[in-house]
Amino acid sequence: MSFDNAYESLLGGEDAHWAFGTGFSEALSGVNREFPAGVDRDALAAYCLMLGDDALICSQRLAEWCSRAPELEEDIALANIALDLLGQARMLLTRAGEVLGKDEDELAYLRDEREFRNVHLAEIDCGPGPGGDFATTIARLLVFSSWRLALFSRLRGSADPVLKAIAEKGLKELAYHRDHAAQWTVRLGDGTDESHRRMQAGLDRVWPFVDELFATHSVDTVLAGVAVDPASLRSEVDGVLEAVLDAAGLTRPADTKAARVAGMAGRDGVHTEAMGYLLAEMQHLHRSLPGAVW
Amino acid sequence: MADDLELRFERTVQAESRIEPRDWMPDGYRKTLIRQIAQHAHSEIIGMQPEGNWISRAPSLRRKAILLAKVQDEAGHGLYLYSATETLGADREDLTTKLIEGRQKYSSIFNYPTLTFADVGVIGWLVDGAAICNQVPLCRTSYGPYARAMIRICKEESFHQRQGYELLMTMMRGTQQQKDMVQDSVNRWWWPALMMFGPPDAESTNTEQSMAWRIKRDTNDELRQKFVNMSVPQAEALGVTFPDPELKWNEERGQYDFGSPDWDEFWQVVKGGGVCNEQRIAHRRKAHEDGAWVREAAAAHAAKHDARKEGAA
Ligand SMILES: [Fe+2]
Ligand SMILES: [Fe+2]
Repeated sequence: MSFDNAYESLLGGEDAHWAFGTGFSEALSGVNREFPAGVDRDALAAYCLMLGDDALICSQRLAEWCSRAPELEEDIALANIALDLLGQARMLLTRAGEVLGKDEDELAYLRDEREFRNVHLAEIDCGPGPGGDFATTIARLLVFSSWRLALFSRLRGSADPVLKAIAEKGLKELAYHRDHAAQWTVRLGDGTDESHRRMQAGLDRVWPFVDELFATHSVDTVLAGVAVDPASLRSEVDGVLEAVLDAAGLTRPADTKAARVAGMAGRDGVHTEAMGYLLAEMQHLHRSLPGAVW
Repeated sequence: MADDLELRFERTVQAESRIEPRDWMPDGYRKTLIRQIAQHAHSEIIGMQPEGNWISRAPSLRRKAILLAKVQDEAGHGLYLYSATETLGADREDLTTKLIEGRQKYSSIFNYPTLTFADVGVIGWLVDGAAICNQVPLCRTSYGPYARAMIRICKEESFHQRQGYELLMTMMRGTQQQKDMVQDSVNRWWWPALMMFGPPDAESTNTEQSMAWRIKRDTNDELRQKFVNMSVPQAEALGVTFPDPELKWNEERGQYDFGSPDWDEFWQVVKGGGVCNEQRIAHRRKAHEDGAWVREAAAAHAAKHDARKEGAA
């Protein structure tokens, strides 16, 4: 590379070379975006928001590790996972937006907390903040990615061509996420007394939020054939988790469930207190400059 | 015998060939390289913080993805460079300790705060831009592993620079508030960017020997001039000005004349008095110390795993 080449086409260069993050629409290029006949579009939008918000909020949490990880390799790995989830979120919010007449940013930045439909597991602080540590983060990632992988593998059969394409693309990513989390679970479970204790504590911290992942929501029922009923994933995911915990010498926590709030939880837009702060941080710049272009 | 080795080393360097890890090299060359590459690696790692500061608040999902990917690239750069020092017999853990104990330096630019999202664009444009000017010549540096790492790094840095510039272009097409934000950011970063090339040649201590060893290829002042020459037309295309009343085209020299950065501020920041010096090191130290139990666990698990394999065999 010559000295001046580094600057070549800085002015006016072709647009196609720029973008890291614009690839997502291309990733689904050629996919039929028409809505399948007879599908309840509002339910489809709600469903895409559920899965999209799970990914967006979990990605926001994971990105908090960037520059704070235990080693450089892990900074890179966690950023990778956060980027994959962000990519999934963008595709899902875009799909929801096709029904709602909004773009991904309007949905991510201009909805209020009560309109977010992610599960609580995605939003709770599992570290590097005071709510956890690296082991807690790994515990969440293990549960989240095992569940989401099972879900996406069924979603490949969705009657919605876009959801089907998103699931196909996401499958490989999620398999890597789960593998990464499983390897760390084993390393920490087996490593030292301290790491074993922390890994067990991490599992105990996230376990009350597991049950919500498998709760059937009315949207799932309305969208039979398009959506996956999460209740149908339970035994598969339990099996995976059991195998990993076994290999790690860890104990499956007792099945305590976080109570719902007047019968509601994340899928109904009812969140933990942590969610308000997360959104305040994520949304404040976008909201403070209305009309700005980014 | 030693003379033969030294002669061969000198010839290799003069002939613009590469020195490889197993080749004989003078002690001073090895030490200088380790110091320089480690300082560069530390800069990549500390450099994750100022921009990382905006990941959680990025104002669009596309910008969030670009920024996260960029900061991730910087971790990768740090990793390649620490690996290059390991080919010289250094040890990552030891270098990290030196960094967090303040015994080794990193680029002083990262001691400046990132105050608005425009800073993300300006850092890409000017700071990654200045880094490229410093680093492209290093793609031909005499030590093979360093030169090869630099080729890969420079490619990614020029990508960062374009992305930064593209963000600024977009903001300059936006609201007045956004345009003001960009100009304000340029005003804050221009002089620190010029300082990235180091003190004026007349005051620079390491230059001469490093040039002879082909570790360094251009003087600080030469690189600074190139950077100014390149940046002015870019600023014009963007619609911003640089905060330097002395900046103007010199027909005779065929270059831009420009003012002198505030070298007192430079030395103050280098010596630890910048807005973020303590914060950057404390952040790095905390990550390293908080991660100690994880690294210990990984090592313990690997050792147990090997022992079990042996026991089974
Ligand atoms: Fe870099
Ligand atoms: Fe960079």
